[in-house]
Amino acid sequence: MTGPPEAAREASGPAASGRGRFGRWRDQTVALGWLVVVWNLLWGDINWANVAGGLLVGGAVLVFFPLPAVSFGGRLRARGMLVFAARFGVELVSASLHIARIAVQPGYRPRGAIIAVRLRVPTDLNLALTAEAVSLVPGTLILEVDRDSGTLYLHVLDTHGPADLDVARERTRAVERRIVRAVGSAAELRRVETDRSERGTRP
Amino acid sequence: MIATIADWLGAGCLVAGALLGLAAGVGVLRFPDALSRMHAATKPQVLGVLLLLLGIALRLRSPADLGMILLVAVFQLATAPVAAQMIGRAAYRSGRLDRSLLDADELAERGPGGGTAGPA
Repeated sequence: MTGPPEAAREASGPAASGRGRFGRWRDQTVALGWLVVVWNLLWGDINWANVAGGLLVGGAVLVFFPLPAVSFGGRLRARGMLVFAARFGVELVSASLHIARIAVQPGYRPRGAIIAVRLRVPTDLNLALTAEAVSLVPGTLILEVDRDSGTLYLHVLDTHGPADLDVARERTRAVERRIVRAVGSAAELRRVETDRSERGTRP
Repeated sequence: MIATIADWLGAGCLVAGALLGLAAGVGVLRFPDALSRMHAATKPQVLGVLLLLLGIALRLRSPADLGMILLVAVFQLATAPVAAQMIGRAAYRSGRLDRSLLDADELAERGPGGGTAGPA
């Protein structure tokens, strides 16, 4: 796969390309750690037997069901993550209430639209995170993901004309911006901040 | 005292979550086409389930149960969009949508069958 995503991955910093084997080991170790935590939570308490069992099962999962490596070139920012979580909660509640209201409103037929939103940071990780976050908020549904160009195709419910489409587009890009601010690398952050005025997202 | 407050808060969360679930059910019945129904089927349910889990957590309050509830919430949040996207994409590709209800369709402008058909 060549093209813009590849270029973006290269641009995400020398750390991402220079990590090589060490980075892969680190990713695997982090994954194993999470699997052990999940295993212990599933059993309901944490003791040595569960930790050992978790290591065994987690190791087997990683060996037998290997996933393509997702390189994480950014860093975690506590402030960005708090802002993202807070805004996500607010949007989740307000949008859920909105959908619930138009669901029970008598005689109302909501119209919808399918829009394309091109993300500014087309890495796999950012694409997946943004798609997840957008998808969890009611009123927007991911229909298709174009990985090569980093474009999300969304179905937006309850639109009243072209202005609403721009609002939805801008909202999606705001979600992306908050995600990059929370977990993106410095280069990705610059790209999101400098592109702020640019609006043309139609392919 | 705190236990009573937690119980009442939990009860409130359970009722609110159940109401959202009810609204989602009504939406699935009433919305006009498959794509709109997916909104109702997947979304109020996210907040509804989270509220139900919060309510249960406030009632149970034991560490083992809290861990399990946390896991349920995480898996719910991680899997709901995947299911929604697969069903939405299948509905779109098989043409089960009412075009008279669409204000715009920028996916169609991309061209038929274009883009990546692989795992996305």
